[in-house]
Amino acid sequence: MKAIVDIDKCTACGVCEEVCPYEAIVVTETGAEITDECTLCGMCVDTCEFGAISLPEVGAGAVEDAGQYRGVCVYAEWRDGAVHRVSHELLGAGRELADARGVELAAVLLGHSLGDLPGELVAHGADVVYTVDRPELARFTDEAYAGALVEIVRKKRPEILLAGATSMGRSFIPRVAATLKTGLTADCTRLGVSDEGLLLQTRPAFGGNVMATIVCPRGRPQMATVRPKVMKALEPARREGRVEEVDVSAESIRSRVEVLEVIPEEDRTAKLTEADVVISGGRGLQKAGNFALLDELARMLGGAVGASRSVVDDGWIDPSHQVGQTGRTVAPALYMAAGISGAVQHVVGMQGSKTIVAVNKDVNAPIFDVATVGVVADLLEFVPEFIKTIRRARGEDRGEK
Amino acid sequence: MHIVVFIKQVPDAKNVRIDPETHTLVRQGVESIVNPFDLFAVEAALRIKDEHGAAVTALTMGPPQAKDALRDVLARGVDDAVLVSDRAFAGADTWATSVTLAAAVRKMGDVDLVVCGKQAVDGDTAQVGPETATVLDIPYATFVKEIVKSEDSSLKVTRQTDEGTAVWRLPLPALVTVLKEAGEPRLPSLRHKMRAKKAEIPVWGIEELGLQADRVGLSGSYTQVVRVFSPPRREERVLVEGSVSEQAEQLYRYLKEAGIPNL
Repeated sequence: MKAIVDIDKCTACGVCEEVCPYEAIVVTETGAEITDECTLCGMCVDTCEFGAISLPEVGAGAVEDAGQYRGVCVYAEWRDGAVHRVSHELLGAGRELADARGVELAAVLLGHSLGDLPGELVAHGADVVYTVDRPELARFTDEAYAGALVEIVRKKRPEILLAGATSMGRSFIPRVAATLKTGLTADCTRLGVSDEGLLLQTRPAFGGNVMATIVCPRGRPQMATVRPKVMKALEPARREGRVEEVDVSAESIRSRVEVLEVIPEEDRTAKLTEADVVISGGRGLQKAGNFALLDELARMLGGAVGASRSVVDDGWIDPSHQVGQTGRTVAPALYMAAGISGAVQHVVGMQGSKTIVAVNKDVNAPIFDVATVGVVADLLEFVPEFIKTIRRARGEDRGEK
Repeated sequence: MHIVVFIKQVPDAKNVRIDPETHTLVRQGVESIVNPFDLFAVEAALRIKDEHGAAVTALTMGPPQAKDALRDVLARGVDDAVLVSDRAFAGADTWATSVTLAAAVRKMGDVDLVVCGKQAVDGDTAQVGPETATVLDIPYATFVKEIVKSEDSSLKVTRQTDEGTAVWRLPLPALVTVLKEAGEPRLPSLRHKMRAKKAEIPVWGIEELGLQADRVGLSGSYTQVVRVFSPPRREERVLVEGSVSEQAEQLYRYLKEAGIPNL
């Protein structure tokens, strides 16, 4: 199967041939021809200004009863007695989708000793909260959590199911999708509703170089995960909503995996992906000990410390700090890259950050291409100065001027 | 013990870039590499082999040239390789891919452990591992940084989570997806390179896997791309100038205005 060219609309202009990443389009005098190299990636479709290229339609999931699926559902992530903030954000996004579709917004809360957390979800926008409060769910396992969520979906039949792209969501939500036999789109950055009422799921593709909008025409529910801090939570307010404890079978929440130990990290490294501020260092630090500088700045801003791959490989800092393709992906409000040249492998792990500050001696360093603010300076001089500036502004200065 | 490692051939990110003028993907000189996370998976499997003895098979789904990726890992010490390839598989989403890979694992018959990288760097979904385990109905653990095999045919795995680590016991057969911490990939050796060059790599298509055409590729997929477009560009970049203290002052003011928390 390959992309389809409407030869009546094609002007043989050749634009598609240029954009195809797989060299799967050959333009002759009569028009574009798609070769067997085509992977149906869709790059060409939007670039054709004549609307001559389309993709064949997906075939799976002919749900005859798609019409019976109604409502938007958000999986609310419970962690040690609290709801993760990504769930509040998803309720904000879910509220908009539910209003656009004219349907109910539900939240699903799984865990143990949930207390009055369902009320918190109502305050953030849920019309109804389905809970499963069982000791088997006190500690996360993919099988038990997926089992409970699958049972709720089978009972309540939502048309849309959203979850956070956290370490928990990215782990067990694929199992939910595969068990329900439906589509799942990871790490969406935008959600909307099409004219036909389908969920429009937009996410970065090709390592974040382009955006792709994806639909799930026939599988139900239409499932998507969203990273923390992408959507906006509603201000909690006094709202009407009901809470329903759902009875699930003991069989469905059985896990073949045995949890031996759960060790919370005592330092801030695990918070790297959640921090509002990330201060990252690379070779420009010159030696491992200079990470102390970045530590100090990060601490002042309530942030976390990141690192480039090369300094991790050299053992200057633990691999859990690595930002980039083979490390963690972060998207904080402020990302400061200090002494990092900006290889693509690093950039793909941080380009979603709101404000990117690059500090580098080399004005030609590629990091400046993605930076919002560029500082051409030696970080070993600049960072201490910047710390002083903040102190001064905070009135913490002790006559160092 | 038979270990299967899933690998994927991906474009080398070093060479993929967007033309700032035309906003299109520049494909020139884009080479293919083995997905970096999959090399950690290969290393994790080889370490189990070194310590306990195992046969390690690499499996990939892709076009005929994906054999290059298989030869790369054969050169690092993987015993066998299988390419799953068929025009019918084109356009597969993570579900259709998982159905196809699961069929290949079933065809092998005696698989005790499947090791995958935590995600492929071109798609970044991290879904194929968990979905394949679900299709195979075997337990799995994601984001694993350490694997210890016990005598009783189970694995003790350490997972990295957002809030720390979790240690799980997984009964075999099982599937794990691994992080960089699972092992820096070893380099190809001369002996294995020679073997890799000559290795016969079987190609399994839709018939060999006994799959129906409507279960694979785009026909077997639930999700579909309807639009691909260039992301909105970042606002123009600011360059702060002057002495170091002037730069610090300017940056502070800029960030304050941008509403950076805790400043």
